[in-house]
Amino acid sequence: MKVPIKLTVNGRSHESEVEARTLLVHYLRDDLGLTGTKIGCDTSQCGACVVRMNGSTVKSCTCLAVQADGAEVTTIEGLAQDGNLHPVQEAFWDNHGLQCGYCTAGMIMTVAELLERNPNPSAEEVRAGLEGNICRCTGYHNIVKAALAAAEAISSGAGGG
Amino acid sequence: MTTRIFGSGIRRREDPRLITGQASYTDDIKPAGLVHAAILRSPHGHARINSIDTSAAAAAPGVIAVYTGADTEGVLNPMPCAWVIPDSDVKAVAYPPIAKDVVRYVGDAVAVVVAEDRYQAEDALELINVDYEPLPTVINPEAAMQEGTPQLHEDAPNNQAFHWVAAGGDTDDAFANADVVVRDTIIQQKLIPNPMEPRSAIATYVPAMGELTIWNTTQNPHIARFVTCLVTGIPEHKIRVIAPEVGGGFGAKIAVYAWDMVTAFCAMKLGRPVKWTETRSENFVSTTHGRDHVEYVEMAANSDGRVTGVRSVVYAGMGAYLSTAAPGIPTILHGLMYSGPYDIANIKADIYGVFTNSTPVEAYRGAGRPEATFLLERLMDLVAAEVGKDPVEVRRMNLIPKFENGHDVAIGLTYDSGDYEGVLNVALEHVNYDQLRHDQAHGREHGRLTGIGVSCYCEICGLGPSQVAGAVGFGGGLWESATVRFYATGKVNVFIGTSPHGQGEETTFAQIMSDELGVPVDDVEVVHGDTDTTPMGWGTYGSRTTVVGGGALALSARKIKDKAITLAAHLLEAAEADIEYEDGNFFVRGAPDNGKSIQEIALMANVAWNMPEGMEPGLEATTFYDPPNFSYPFGAHVAVVNVDPDNGHIVLERYVAVDDCGPQINPMIVEGQVHGGVVQGAGQALWEGAVYDDNGQLLTGSMLDYALPRAHLVPDIETLSTVTPSPHNPLGVKGIGETGTIASTVTIYNAVIDALRPLGVTRLEMPLTPERVWRAIQEAGGHHGHGHSHGHGHGHDHGHDHGH
Repeated sequence: MKVPIKLTVNGRSHESEVEARTLLVHYLRDDLGLTGTKIGCDTSQCGACVVRMNGSTVKSCTCLAVQADGAEVTTIEGLAQDGNLHPVQEAFWDNHGLQCGYCTAGMIMTVAELLERNPNPSAEEVRAGLEGNICRCTGYHNIVKAALAAAEAISSGAGGG
Repeated sequence: MTTRIFGSGIRRREDPRLITGQASYTDDIKPAGLVHAAILRSPHGHARINSIDTSAAAAAPGVIAVYTGADTEGVLNPMPCAWVIPDSDVKAVAYPPIAKDVVRYVGDAVAVVVAEDRYQAEDALELINVDYEPLPTVINPEAAMQEGTPQLHEDAPNNQAFHWVAAGGDTDDAFANADVVVRDTIIQQKLIPNPMEPRSAIATYVPAMGELTIWNTTQNPHIARFVTCLVTGIPEHKIRVIAPEVGGGFGAKIAVYAWDMVTAFCAMKLGRPVKWTETRSENFVSTTHGRDHVEYVEMAANSDGRVTGVRSVVYAGMGAYLSTAAPGIPTILHGLMYSGPYDIANIKADIYGVFTNSTPVEAYRGAGRPEATFLLERLMDLVAAEVGKDPVEVRRMNLIPKFENGHDVAIGLTYDSGDYEGVLNVALEHVNYDQLRHDQAHGREHGRLTGIGVSCYCEICGLGPSQVAGAVGFGGGLWESATVRFYATGKVNVFIGTSPHGQGEETTFAQIMSDELGVPVDDVEVVHGDTDTTPMGWGTYGSRTTVVGGGALALSARKIKDKAITLAAHLLEAAEADIEYEDGNFFVRGAPDNGKSIQEIALMANVAWNMPEGMEPGLEATTFYDPPNFSYPFGAHVAVVNVDPDNGHIVLERYVAVDDCGPQINPMIVEGQVHGGVVQGAGQALWEGAVYDDNGQLLTGSMLDYALPRAHLVPDIETLSTVTPSPHNPLGVKGIGETGTIASTVTIYNAVIDALRPLGVTRLEMPLTPERVWRAIQEAGGHHGHGHSHGHGHGHDHGHDHGH
C-alpha cells in the first residue's frame, strides 16, 4: 500500500507515494536520485546515512520515508550554498579529512550540526560527537582536525556558514 | 625557485566530488531497466542440502527469477584460486559460486532471487524452503587438523589446504645451542575488514554482441576481468570491468567474488541489468575475512640478548574455500618476513593452511606482515625480559646496520635499503623514552598501570617483480602500466592499470606527472578503474600502486620528455645535444627565453604540421614497468597505554609512528595512510575479533556486535618520518599503505603487557577487552612481579616468559 508524503529536500518540495516500509535513505537515493547519502550498515551504527531533518541529524537508514512527511530534509547535496562549499566541506578538503569518501557525507552532516550546537568544541567534544559515525580510513585524526578547523573558520566568519 | 610539486602536501584532487555527494560508487549507478538480486545464504556452518523448493519465491510479487546451484552448475565454472604456492600440496578444492549439495559456512550461497526492486527480492528469499541436514563443524584452524574432526572437503584430508616450509640457516642447531629460548602461543584472531562501502556489483549483458559489463567494487578490475572470463567462459576481450568510486578495500576487495559471477549469470539469463549489493550484516559473512592464525613461535638468543634464531609452527585458517590470493598471505607475505629489521641467522617458518567452517580469508591490510611483525616484536620483548634488559636495548643490538643498496637476510630476500636504528632513535627522542620509563616507574609506585610498547618493523611491499610472482605461484604478473597522453591543448590524461580506492593517487600521480614535465598539476587528470580505457594492470594491494604504477608513470613521462627534446630541437633548429629542459621549458642552452614550452610541443605533436623526418605524430607514451625487487619500508613505533586495574579498561594515551617510505610525493597523504593504518591495527589489539560458536554461527555478525574503532577511543596519532630512498624503482619510493597496521597491533599489545607485568600478567589473547584484562589481573593476583606463563610452550621443556 502506497502512502502519500510531502516534504522539502534541499529546498525543493516533493510530493511522492511510497510504500509504508520504505526507508528514508532509499527514498532519497532511489526516488529522488540523491545518492550522496550512503548506506554503510543495517544496524544504525555507522552514520554514513546521516542527513538533517528539521535541523536535527538523523540516520536516514533508521527512519521511514513516511516519518519525513512534512519535514525539511537537507542532504550532502544541499549543503553547499550558491556554489560555495560549506565551511565544514572546505575544512574536510583542506585537512585531508577523508580518504575513500564513503563515510564523508555522514561525517560532514554530523560535524555541521555539532558545530551549530557547540561552535567552539574541544577535540574531546568533537570525538564524543562522532561516536555515531564510523570511518575506516582516516583513524579519525584528520576528521577531528577538520572539525576544529571548521569551527575556527565559522567563528572567524571566514566561511560564512 | 618555485616549490617542487613532488613533496608538496597539496589538497586532493578527488575530494570535490566526495565532499559534495557527487561521486558515483557502484550502488549509486542505475542503468535503465535495472533489476535487483538478493542472495539466500546458508544459516548453517556445515550442512547437506537435501532439497530446495523455490516455487513460492518464484511466484512472489515482483520476482523475475530464482536460481539455485542446479542452474549455475555447468554454466559457471568453479571459483579459481589464483595463488597456488609451489611445493606445498595446495588443495584447490572445488568452489562452486552457488552451493548445490553441501554448504560449508554460514554465508555460503544457496540461491539467488531477482526481482523488480530490492524489497521484493529480500521478501522472496524468505519464501525459499531449503531442507538442510546439519553436519558437524570446526572453526579453530589448529583443531581442524586433528584426527577425527569434521572434514570439509573429501580431497583435503585433515582439512589441510597446504603445507609450506621456508628456512634459512640451521634453526635446530641455533635452538639446541641457545642460552635462552623464549616462546609464545599467539592467536591472530579472525578479523572482519569492514570497508565502509559494502560490496556491490552490477552486470549488463548484450546477447547480440556477447558482451558483459560489470561495475564492481574491486581493488583490481583487470584481475576481475581475467577471472570473470575463466568463470563465465566469456572471452576476455568481450568483458569490461569498471571499478567506479570504491569505498575502501583493505584487502576485502581483492578477491573475485562468486556473488559477482552470480550477478553476471542473472544478467546473462535475463538480458537485463542486474544489481547485487550486500547489506552490512551480509558483508560480515559474505566478504572475505583476515588473519586467523594459531601460532607457536619461539626465539633463540645468547645470554646478552643477541638473537640467533626464530621459528614457528602456524595453523592459518583459510575458511571454507581458498579465496583468490589466500594461500600466498601466511606464506610468501608472512613466513618470508621473519627476519624483520633484525639480523637473525637462522629462521624457519612452518605453515599449515587449514580449511574451517567459516568465511574464506583473504588479504587484510598488511596481509601476513602484521602477523610476522607481531611474533618478532612479541618475542623480542620476551627475550628482553628473560635476559633482564630493556626491550629497546635488545632490539638495538639485533638491528641490521644501515645500508643503502641491498642487504641479504637468511631467509633469502634482499632488502632494498634501511636505516632501522635511525628511525628508532627518532622515535625514542620524540617520546623522550628515558623520561617515559621514569614516569612509568613513578606512576607504578602510586598504583598507576602505565605501559610502554616499542616496536621496530620492516615489511615487504610494492609487489612485484613478476618473475618472483611466477616463482612463488602467483597466477599473474606484478608489473604495472601507465599511459601518458598529451592533447593539443597541453592538457594531460594519465591512464593507469592500478585501481586506487581512497588512497589519493589521482593526486599523487598528477604530482608525479607535473614534477616530471612541468605541466600544472591541475592540467593532469588521472584515469583508472575501467578495463576498456586503461592499460592492463594488476591492481591496488600490497602497497604497490605508487611504487610500481608510479614507476611506470615516471618512465612514461621520461619517454615523452625524450620525444619533446627531439621535437624542440627540430623546431628551434638546433642539435638535440644542445637542448636543455627546465620546468616545462625546452630551450637551446643559454637561451631559455626563446624555448618551447611543453604545451607548445604538445600542440605541434598533435597537429603534426612540422615534425622531424620520421617522427610519429602525437605525444603519448606507455610503459609496462616490472620492478627489479620489492620495496621494504620500515619504522619504529611507540605506544603508551594506561590500564585501569579495577575494571581492565585500557586507554591508548599516545601513539607515535616514525616511518620511512623513501621520498614522499604528498606528505599529507602519507600521514593519512599512517593514521588510518595505526587505528586499524589498534582495532585488532583492543576491540575487533570474529567470534564463532561451536556450530559455526558468527556471533559478531553486525556492527552492533563487532567493535570497530571509534573516534572517542583513539588519540591523535603522532607521525614522523625519515627518508631512505629505495634503489629499486625510478622514484625511490616505498609503500606506506599498510605500515601502520603492520606495526601498531603488537606495539599496543606490548604496551598493555608492559603495563600489567608488575601484576604478573605476561600474555593475553586479543582483542584485549576489559573483561579479558580484568580476568587476567584477577588470576595473576598476588604474584606481583613474578608472573610465569602456564604451559603455553607447545610441548617444549623450557623458556617460560618471565615477568622480569
